[in-house]
Amino acid sequence: MAGHHDEFIRLEGKIFTKSFFVLLTLVIIGFYYIGVRYVKGIGAVSNMSDGYPWGIWIAYDVATGTAIACGGYAMAILIYIRNHWKFHPLIRSALLTSLFGYCLAGFSVMVDLGRYWNSYGFFMPARWQINSAMFEVALCVMAYSTVLVIEFLPAVLWSLENSRGETLRKVSAWLHPRLVPDEAKLASGLEWVRAAAAWLRPRLDKVLVFFIVLGITLPTMHQSSLGSLLLIAATKLNPLWHTGFLPLLFLINCIYIGYAIVIMESIISSYAFKREIEYNELAGLSRIIPWLTVIWLSVRIGDLVHRGQIVNALKFDFYSCFFLLEFCLVAGGSMILFSRRMRRSPRWLFITATMIILGGGLYRFNVYLIGFNPGQGWHYFPSFAEVMITVGVIALEILGYQVLVKVFPVLPNPHKHGANGHAQEPVGLPPGAVPQGK
Amino acid sequence: MKSQSRRDFFKLLGLGGATLLASSVPAMGSEKGGANNEALGMLYDATMCVGCKACMATCKRVNGDYGSLSYERASFDPDGLWDAPQDLSGSTRTLIKLCKESDSRWSYVKYSCMHCQKPSCVSVCPVSAMTKDKVTGVVDYNKDTCIGCRYCQVACSFTIPKFQWEKTLPQIVKCDLCRNTNLREKGITACAEVCPVGAITFGKRKDLLAIAHDRLQDNPGRYIHHVYGEHELGGTNHLYLSALSFEKLGLPTLPDNAPAEFSEKIQHTIYKGFVAPVALYSTLCFIALKNQKGQEKNGHKEDGE
Repeated sequence: MAGHHDEFIRLEGKIFTKSFFVLLTLVIIGFYYIGVRYVKGIGAVSNMSDGYPWGIWIAYDVATGTAIACGGYAMAILIYIRNHWKFHPLIRSALLTSLFGYCLAGFSVMVDLGRYWNSYGFFMPARWQINSAMFEVALCVMAYSTVLVIEFLPAVLWSLENSRGETLRKVSAWLHPRLVPDEAKLASGLEWVRAAAAWLRPRLDKVLVFFIVLGITLPTMHQSSLGSLLLIAATKLNPLWHTGFLPLLFLINCIYIGYAIVIMESIISSYAFKREIEYNELAGLSRIIPWLTVIWLSVRIGDLVHRGQIVNALKFDFYSCFFLLEFCLVAGGSMILFSRRMRRSPRWLFITATMIILGGGLYRFNVYLIGFNPGQGWHYFPSFAEVMITVGVIALEILGYQVLVKVFPVLPNPHKHGANGHAQEPVGLPPGAVPQGK
Repeated sequence: MKSQSRRDFFKLLGLGGATLLASSVPAMGSEKGGANNEALGMLYDATMCVGCKACMATCKRVNGDYGSLSYERASFDPDGLWDAPQDLSGSTRTLIKLCKESDSRWSYVKYSCMHCQKPSCVSVCPVSAMTKDKVTGVVDYNKDTCIGCRYCQVACSFTIPKFQWEKTLPQIVKCDLCRNTNLREKGITACAEVCPVGAITFGKRKDLLAIAHDRLQDNPGRYIHHVYGEHELGGTNHLYLSALSFEKLGLPTLPDNAPAEFSEKIQHTIYKGFVAPVALYSTLCFIALKNQKGQEKNGHKEDGE
């Protein structure tokens, strides 16, 4: 990562756009209900019950949300482990979404926890309970969020180093004169921050690889443990989903969702910010997905056959339908991606990425909610307020992304790699052969 | 003769070592086939219960303050004359229900925590708020460490732990065998103490099993020939006898092995001695460093600081 900062640029443009205010409204509605939840209790805003103690806050925000936030993880594997450095320009935006996804998953957990004020117990070894998959998930997710912040730090430091402190000056001009420190003090303070950032950045660059690898190890651990969480529900989770392979299935699942989300996000931001699409990178990425899904589907089907559940999978009842929907979305998306021509079309790339994300996400929903049946006539469907809290959290995620790409150098620099890269570069070029000169 | 005795001596030594090892493993009943029959429990005989609900009333009175239980009002009762819980809830630890098979054939049933030999709730709690007492076998809950994640509710096959959904500062509610109230003061659970017809027997699991089997033997026509809880999920300390099918009483048909054995086996295989994560990290570090070096040599000389 050393010295790659000119691979990324800051997006020029207004921060307060129309979509900013739309998203802000959703965020405010969501936070209103979060306020209600903290005053009146969880029962006041949600339809969760003793039969369904985990609702969409866990099933979407945590279980599915962190899979969608696996772009950074998936890209780090590809670049640093598989040695495909031509994908490096895509990593920062992937990291930023990961950072948001994980922090907001953590935030949702704090909304969901009934006795949140006791959560400091995770830092007290006397209370550790190593048999619990959730203990493992909680520690790993906290550690990974920290690692993500460190991984994103170079972008922040770069901005600090190159900032002229204009905003700060504007704010100080707007404030009452008596509240403002004098000009010289402000300037020297700014200078100090700039110097500190300049001092820290090269040093951080040197050790960054160790954090990046930690950022690969931790998701491997907690994404598989997210599957392990439901191992215990042997009598409640439908046999179509309850298997000893849950950890493995969740792990592979999050990696292909990770690649799909990088593709989707890249196409969307190209359209939204009117930038050129990174054809080569996306085509290369999309080539990996079907191989992962083939492995995943083989494990999935092989396991069903082995446990004699394949008949139930084809019964076309409630559970079977959701299984088939999940299967068709993932399998269908992968089939299309096997075609070289489809991989070159942004429209088909977008459609297939969406299919893979929906299918892979539905798998997680099936495990956490749809395939979960506590019996005794319990039912669950999320309430309006519950949905709005989740929507508010998602809106905050998109809002934050929109703002931060305009503040920090996150998006790929088209002049640096695009001008040469887009033209005729064949897919699967040996690493390091990507033209880099300006 | 001499060598014989020496061999015996070594055998003894080995045995002693083995027992030492075995006893150093927490006695969670996780040893294969070894249920802790010295644990405390209750035997509920549905054929003797008259449905007076004295156990329910006493439970709430005795444990009300400790467990922050409140009275539940029925919609027809604006004056608040009755406690009318519909099910086990964040305010009700034990409950009597009437189960009808037909108009002439019915039975009462009492619900409360089963106090499993290998409890799922204890296995999944991330902060050790659910614990199982090694001697008494009581599955207890500590609200001072609980974070309210409700994983115990997801894990419990009987859906016993209940959450106080309507409270700003909620907690989990479930039977703790009066461990902090009646059992401590009088040595017996409140429900067993007040039952006027002896439908609830309190005692050690081995004695309860013996009583249950005696009753089955002596009254073959009266009961379904099964002690519910003897083998379900690796055994529970709360046992049931019934004339109606247990499924009818709302007690699910369950396998003999504890789900916690299955999940812990997988989790422990992956994380044995934390070797796998460390190995993964070091291998990946090695690969990433090598790749980064190669990359810097190949194309990024001009990018140096």
